[in-house]
Amino acid sequence: MSPTATRGPTPGTSASQANSRVDVRKTYKLYIGGAFPRSESGRSYAVHGAGGRGTPRFLANAAQGSRKDARDAVVAARGAVTGWAGATAYNRGQVLYRVAEVMEGRADQFAGEVAAAEGLTTARARVVVSAAIDRWVWYAGWTDKVAQVLGAVNPVAGPFFDISAPEPTGVVAVLAPQASSLLGLVSVVAPAIATGNTVVVVASELRPLPAVALAEALATSDVPGGVVNILTGVTAEMAPWLASHRDVNAIDLAGAANATGVSWGDLEAAGAENLKRVLRPAGTGTVAVEPDWTLTPDLSRIRAFLETKTVWHPKGR
Amino acid sequence: MTSTADKGDAASRARDLLGVGRLTNAALTTWLHGLPGVDQVGCEARAAALGTRSIKTTAKAWAIDAAISMIDLTTLEGSDTHDKVRSLCGKALVPDPTDATTPRPAAICVYGDMVATAKKALGDSGIRVASVATAFPSGRASMRVRLADTRDGVQAGADEIDMVIDRGAFLSGRYLEVFDQIAAVREACLRADGSSAHLKVIMETGELATYDNVRRASYLSMLAGGHFIKTSTGKVSPAATLPVTLVMLEAVRDWRELTGTQVGVKPAGGIRTSKDALKYLVMVSEVAGDDWLDPDWFRFGASSLLNDLLLQRQKLRTGAYSGADYVTID
Amino acid sequence: MAKLEYAPAPESRAVVEIRSSYGLFIGGEFVDSQGGGAFPSINPATEEVLADVTDASAADVDRAVRAARAAYRGVWGRMAGADRGKYLFRIARILQERAREFAVLETLDNGKPIKESRDVDIPLAAAHFFYHAGWADKLAYAGLGVAPQPVGVVGQVIPWNFPLLMLSWKIAPALACGNTVVLKPAETTSLTALLFAEVCQQADLPPGVVNIVTGAGATGQALVEHPGVDKVAFTGSTEVGKAIARSIAGTRKRATLELGGKAANIVFDDAAIDEAVTGIVNGIFFNQGHVCCAGSRLLVQEPVADELIRKLKRRLATIRVGDPLDKNTDLGAINSAVQLARVRELSDIGEAEGAQRWSLPCDLPPQGFWFPPTIFTDVAQSSRIAQEEVFGPVLSVLTFRTPQEAVAKANNTPYGLSAGIWTEKGSRILWMADQLRAGVVWANTFNKFDPTSPFGGYKQSGYGREGGRHGLEAYVTAGDLG
Repeated sequence: MSPTATRGPTPGTSASQANSRVDVRKTYKLYIGGAFPRSESGRSYAVHGAGGRGTPRFLANAAQGSRKDARDAVVAARGAVTGWAGATAYNRGQVLYRVAEVMEGRADQFAGEVAAAEGLTTARARVVVSAAIDRWVWYAGWTDKVAQVLGAVNPVAGPFFDISAPEPTGVVAVLAPQASSLLGLVSVVAPAIATGNTVVVVASELRPLPAVALAEALATSDVPGGVVNILTGVTAEMAPWLASHRDVNAIDLAGAANATGVSWGDLEAAGAENLKRVLRPAGTGTVAVEPDWTLTPDLSRIRAFLETKTVWHPKGR
Repeated sequence: MTSTADKGDAASRARDLLGVGRLTNAALTTWLHGLPGVDQVGCEARAAALGTRSIKTTAKAWAIDAAISMIDLTTLEGSDTHDKVRSLCGKALVPDPTDATTPRPAAICVYGDMVATAKKALGDSGIRVASVATAFPSGRASMRVRLADTRDGVQAGADEIDMVIDRGAFLSGRYLEVFDQIAAVREACLRADGSSAHLKVIMETGELATYDNVRRASYLSMLAGGHFIKTSTGKVSPAATLPVTLVMLEAVRDWRELTGTQVGVKPAGGIRTSKDALKYLVMVSEVAGDDWLDPDWFRFGASSLLNDLLLQRQKLRTGAYSGADYVTID
Repeated sequence: MAKLEYAPAPESRAVVEIRSSYGLFIGGEFVDSQGGGAFPSINPATEEVLADVTDASAADVDRAVRAARAAYRGVWGRMAGADRGKYLFRIARILQERAREFAVLETLDNGKPIKESRDVDIPLAAAHFFYHAGWADKLAYAGLGVAPQPVGVVGQVIPWNFPLLMLSWKIAPALACGNTVVLKPAETTSLTALLFAEVCQQADLPPGVVNIVTGAGATGQALVEHPGVDKVAFTGSTEVGKAIARSIAGTRKRATLELGGKAANIVFDDAAIDEAVTGIVNGIFFNQGHVCCAGSRLLVQEPVADELIRKLKRRLATIRVGDPLDKNTDLGAINSAVQLARVRELSDIGEAEGAQRWSLPCDLPPQGFWFPPTIFTDVAQSSRIAQEEVFGPVLSVLTFRTPQEAVAKANNTPYGLSAGIWTEKGSRILWMADQLRAGVVWANTFNKFDPTSPFGGYKQSGYGREGGRHGLEAYVTAGDLG
């Protein structure tokens, strides 16, 4: 009995081929407002394993999210902002660390998902999963330090107390990386929510299943419903609606790289309508590339979704 | 603008207390705004700290019975019927058919048109009837209508009148208007025989929004002659909370020191569990003191609270946890 | 008798297992002393002996320092920050998991009310580890140079007032920055440090990274003066702090010193008075007043002095003194007979100097060390109870007329640890905060602590800061930027 046969997505083969037990397969659904609905459109699409020889292996049917699902996800994300941004940084740190703990306990499952999605060996997939878990730990440690590193007391020339402190920008739409289905996903979601933003994530179009597994881990961690919303489906279908959505405050275009039919410049232009904060994809010129997610991050993805608030107050008897 | 109720007792007392010859809105504003502020964080921390008191065994038994005896058992629904009110009165008369030692709640609280029914059902049990009045819960009616509503309740036999203040007037700083209205309702509580229904003044603290406002509204209500200050109608969220009640208990405590007059406190709405009720009693005990640990001076406006207290009471009696099937509805 | 008379609500002590005697925690395991004796650790609320604790010898200290050095060279000093962080996260989680056990043990050994050990000491200790765990791989962002390096072996000596919390203040930043430690708990409160050693074992912390040597002053001195110690961190009396400063003079040892205080808690006439009363009570009666930053001098603006004192006394009447394990106890036992004698002596002096003494009329238990909440009014600035640290539940009340006078009186002390300001006027808070020579200023609150917030004193209250980004500085040598 191979690990993937028991833990990961099962190959589309008959039961008699493996052993006598017929696997119970999972339905991969959207994650919106802490619940797991199917797409309101009723659509799904076939997801196949990457790499390998011959015909791509069928893994599962994923929900194909629609613009209305995206709209619902934004409503859920907006509703979660007050509570999440209002939670103490300590509390958010504990929650993010809890995600790491829960993922660690399901490392085999994640490795199976990543191996199938990305065509990696199980050993290689384990390395990726470990890095993803460690990424949560890295950002868990940032929640209560960001203000100390990015904030300041400003020595203004007058009898005033003057501080500048970061605040989350609000609802962030995230196009998750197309290739790195788990580590890349965690690398874009964790920095956005660490500071109190809530996110609507469009998962990797062709490798969406690890994102659904992550959603299931988030749902059983202490992450409040609506803080992270994950849509599976066609990036080019949903991204424009998020980019133009007036109640979305910022957009991370990481997943525009290698997404079929997606022009990140067009998305950025659509975001200009309400002056979204835009985190452009890596690359030079118009070319978008997916970066190496294994590198230790810096603060740039945290900074991208922060506002700075400066407060003045007189000092006097 | 001078008070239209200037000839009344409330106004002359108020003039004395404020040290002014004429009771004006400016005078009331100066007085109310001169009260010490309430620090939100500190107030809530103190309320939470009192909430950690551990009430066990004998203390718990006493507190559960005390809490039951302080309940204004309430039904205030558009769907209320005479049968429903009679049923509720039956519950008040026999809270727990399995245990005759169970105390009865202090009062039944209903709309004015149900007062006569409740009075009849309760007879000479000693359980009082409270009537909400003054176009409860919003109070958005002419003063003529609000006073008529009050007199209706009193004439129907209400022992107590639960009025609402005009939160709009309060929030826009028209304190004198609020004062006059409370004083007028208090006059409308007078019965033909010269006695008076007790007046509870509902401030609807959820709409007042700040603890500073709760303190000011408490003082204004006491100045105008309210016998009780009450948090909420139960129709607005948040209703009663521990910190709001803390500010009100401080107000009645300090008011008695200032004037010698004791005023009661009634948190209403949202108090559903015994655990919550016990926290309130701890607060009454430690903030206002024993004089308020009495149904004459402290009430809970509640409906489902009674059954939870009964469940806890059964647990103390039998040693086993009880369930909803072992207490009667209504 | 009150109508609502709280029945006893004792926390069960069965949750914690106390051994009859304890060795030293060196190199990851409990070992016997080489030549040291033992002394009893008692419950100050009952005078019952809880356990025998080792009085570590100089040889023991040497062994511990060598174990720490070996761990520093061999593993901890070169470990990746992210991995150090994971160990600290583990410790934080284990402290959270075993919180009730620690709370009960702390209360038994220290005498503080269970509600404080349960709601303050232990959760804050866990939070300190959690916070510093996150720093372990982020030191390059702390403004201490691009590649801050650990100092080496740290000798840490902590007091008896917040045993586990002070341990966490010391150990968490040291470990996060890559140092190894030898820690000596106070002689009257060693037990939670020894239980913490078990936590290190459960976390699989590499042997020698944390070493616990118990003992009294001589053990502490041996640790501080040990040539293998690169840095000293001390919390305790100003007198001992000065001795440490002298003893390391001329060496390359670094030190942070967290010493005494005589904080002014300043109440203006426009204060939110009910919350101010609560703040004053928390300021001086929290932890029996065994708090270096306690608001032991109440400065009240004259127009509200009478009202405030009246409200304060009324509030004190609800304070419950007694069994520290009772969940309703507000004021527990004085930590030791020595400390009780000191509190009594200074209180008697206060009376003799003409101040008006008011103590809460309450029944004190027959066994153990107890002192009722006490207020002195009509206290002169020159009085010893207004100048010296009592370190007990004793409040001195002085009055002032203007903000300038309040500042002058508040600053008129050799100490400078903390201060409190109570006013509804924001600009006055900030002006006052500017004028006060104190390391921590609380406005409309008091005795607030957080791992992110640096703590430490001016003047003879010591030097260095603990907590926050600033607290890391003591535990690193600057990297490239210097």
